[in-house]
Amino acid sequence: MVYLTLFSILKNETEAEDGAQESMINAYRHLASFRGDAKFSTWLTTIAINEGRKRLRKTKGQAEDSIEEQIEEHEGDFTPAPLTDWREIPLEALERKELREALRVAVTELPDIYRQVFILRDLEELNIEETAQALAINPGAVKVRLHRARMMLQKRLVPYLKTTAPARRAFFGRAL
Amino acid sequence: MKLDCKHVWEHISEYIDNTVDAKLREDIELHLEHCEICSAILDSTRNILVLTADDRTFELPVGYSKRLHERLREEIEKSKH
Repeated sequence: MVYLTLFSILKNETEAEDGAQESMINAYRHLASFRGDAKFSTWLTTIAINEGRKRLRKTKGQAEDSIEEQIEEHEGDFTPAPLTDWREIPLEALERKELREALRVAVTELPDIYRQVFILRDLEELNIEETAQALAINPGAVKVRLHRARMMLQKRLVPYLKTTAPARRAFFGRAL
Repeated sequence: MKLDCKHVWEHISEYIDNTVDAKLREDIELHLEHCEICSAILDSTRNILVLTADDRTFELPVGYSKRLHERLREEIEKSKH
């Protein structure tokens, strides 16, 4: 959880791992300050986010609050891309390595504010409130960013899904 | 209310998260019954989320846990002195 949170901010494996170690040490040192107002996982995620932002400022020389101030400035088209051919077997599609690789790349290349929300919600499985709390944004912004992130990924992955589109409603496996 | 495709797309994410109200959910489902394009968009988005949650998609670096434990052990040792 901590590693992926750091990765969502830093987009670099080595930096994310160093940051994750630092975050865990920080959490260990400040364990006494955890009062149970938030879930432990949210508290830990917040520590990781702060560590990630600190590192980002260091590497990019960014102004103190520039990351927090990012808003939905990405005007544009957040509509999904249509798929029309969905006859192939979904399991085969999802088992393909290149699809996983394409998804990794697409997630990494999402604009920062969308990637962070997407990773906390859909990878770390924090709920909307927890995500809002961890990123210090409001729940409405979480919903908007998440929707946009998902639509951007859908659009981006359509070329891979086009020839391997799933049968209708094949995967309901997760409680989303 | 009869929804058009664009309206359905705007709510796809909330529909997946089950945060749309009952009436809107019903309208979306009615639309999905007849619209293959929106159904395919919904399925492809869902599958992307399934794939995201698959442990093989975002793996931890090899040796990550071992290195983390070593670092934590060092830190704990340090704090004892």
